[in-house]
Amino acid sequence: MQPSTPQHSAPELTKLTYLEAVVQAQLEEMERDDRVILMGEDLNVYGGGKLFERFDRNRIWNTPISEGSFTGLGIGAAITGLRPIVDLGIASFVYLAADQIINQASKLHYMTGGQVHVPIVFRSTMYYGASIAAQHSDRPYPMFLNVPGLKILSPTTPADAKGLIKAAVRDDNPVIIFEDMRLWGMKAAVPADANYLVPIGKADIRVPGNDVTVVAIAGAMRAALEAAKALSAEGLSVEVIDPRTLKPLDIETIMNSVARTGRLVLVENAHRIANLSSEIAATLAEEAFGSLKKPIVRLTAPDVHVPFSPVLEKILFPEAAQIVAAVKRLV
Amino acid sequence: MTLTMQLRLEAYRRMLRIRRFEEEGTRLFREGTIPGAYHSSIGQEATIVGACLTLRDDDFMTGTHRSHGHPIGKGAELDGLMAELMGRQTGICKGRGGSMHLADNRVGIIGESAIVGGGIPLATGVGLSIRVRRTDQVCLCFFGDGAVNQGTFHESLNMASLWKLPVIYLCENNGYAVVTPLEGSHGQPSIAKRADAYGMPGVALDGQDVGAVFEATSEAVIRARSGEGPTLIEAKTYRFDEHNVGLLIPGAPYRAPEEIDEYRTRRDPVMLLRKALFDDGVRASELESIEAEVDAAVRGAVRFAEGSPLPDPAGVYEDLFTRS
Repeated sequence: MQPSTPQHSAPELTKLTYLEAVVQAQLEEMERDDRVILMGEDLNVYGGGKLFERFDRNRIWNTPISEGSFTGLGIGAAITGLRPIVDLGIASFVYLAADQIINQASKLHYMTGGQVHVPIVFRSTMYYGASIAAQHSDRPYPMFLNVPGLKILSPTTPADAKGLIKAAVRDDNPVIIFEDMRLWGMKAAVPADANYLVPIGKADIRVPGNDVTVVAIAGAMRAALEAAKALSAEGLSVEVIDPRTLKPLDIETIMNSVARTGRLVLVENAHRIANLSSEIAATLAEEAFGSLKKPIVRLTAPDVHVPFSPVLEKILFPEAAQIVAAVKRLV
Repeated sequence: MTLTMQLRLEAYRRMLRIRRFEEEGTRLFREGTIPGAYHSSIGQEATIVGACLTLRDDDFMTGTHRSHGHPIGKGAELDGLMAELMGRQTGICKGRGGSMHLADNRVGIIGESAIVGGGIPLATGVGLSIRVRRTDQVCLCFFGDGAVNQGTFHESLNMASLWKLPVIYLCENNGYAVVTPLEGSHGQPSIAKRADAYGMPGVALDGQDVGAVFEATSEAVIRARSGEGPTLIEAKTYRFDEHNVGLLIPGAPYRAPEEIDEYRTRRDPVMLLRKALFDDGVRASELESIEAEVDAAVRGAVRFAEGSPLPDPAGVYEDLFTRS
């Protein structure tokens, strides 16, 4: 699957926020393909409001508060000819749907020996840093990394949000997308092409550099870019990599970068134990140990729940200053 | 709609196919040819076949961990099913599913879920898909009495009723969730009564009577096809063997030997149907010819499975993802 951006003329671009790009991607896919339906809670009012006005009730299913089962309805519909987008809203609610996502969606193609196909997209948004406490503030993607048969995406730019969501809808396998509320307001150029796709499984080098490699995941990208800018002013060249697809992970791009820099800082807002940084660090220790000139640094949320009070929550997630300090320790 | 004589003979053929398949399977499991755990449908044949006979070839179905009877009831070939139980490459699921997952998509089965209650949302989603695609198909959803206590049952039946989806919820109530009797786990022991709470019809019937199952399911199918929505059917049935064959139950027996004996000798659905057919004038030679045909098919399936290759370990990653 290749981006269909014309090679010889500049693509037409529009400025969109991350959230607008998410809506546009779904709208375009629903217009392109009648089999694409949307399911989720309060879709008549929130998020997809624009979509609700455009399509009839057969395309947008405003569900009861039954995440554990409407997710399964989407899977049954996917197996019998539709391509549902299941909107689970806040990422903490994905736990309610996890049985159907893991035990049915991820396994059925394999367990039936390829007899059934499950072309479905699960969407959710990671809310945190908003004083809504632990039951609304999860970043649960690491738990799904341990599930075979799922593709996991987390775009960090409006263009990638559009291109990856569209690629997910066109994929014949179950794909789970963790969007990040911290990025919703970010505005940037997005290709207007209704067939603009970002390939699943390909990382993006957001900032090229030579001294230290920084891999930042989801909302942690904001702090990483801020840190890269500050360090650049001090004459340090940081390469910032955005995996975009968390699984299957483009480890090649990360290893190629570390082969040049010899130094690696991993930044993410998930909890520290067995997260994506753990997996990247372990893989590099196994396969690229010789490239490393310094120990790998992981900057993550600690192993404690997200507290309500803003003064307590603020200290949980890595900020630019910590990334700057980590990079300086390595050079 | 009542069973015609032609359909009663077909019911006998399919019920016997399940019975003989399970008898051979049990033997092969006990001798070690079939690995894992064996979940026999013996005793529940009338419920399965009575419901399946109401469906068209293009209708859908979901089932449970007790999965061998469902595809046979819907008309599947036996070879791939037996090969699957033996973990062969020619198995219906290429040796990736086994006893709890004999799903044959060629007869419309989209999955046999060994997560109790896990198939109920899938079947409901099939109903939603039928609605979106504007066909007059239906989905028959099998589950057991244990599954009724899962949240998926409540959530799914609510949505099916809300949106009038073409789904038939068929509870194979065999009285026991593994070893826990129904009265030990259901605050409301009438499963059919629960339908009231969701605004759909609920029917309780004798699941050992293939005609009764056929009639009630036919009505539910007509209702579903005409856009009037789902029905809950509680078929009271019985499994003759343990939850899985050879399961060791410590302590006192959870079922009275008299109860098992009563079902085996007086409420055996295959025996009941054979006797009724004979009493209604079907010649013994006609029944014997069905029996010979079924025996040959089951023997053929065992030969096919035993002669099939085991999967190549190099292929273990195949079908993890669809190649699109």
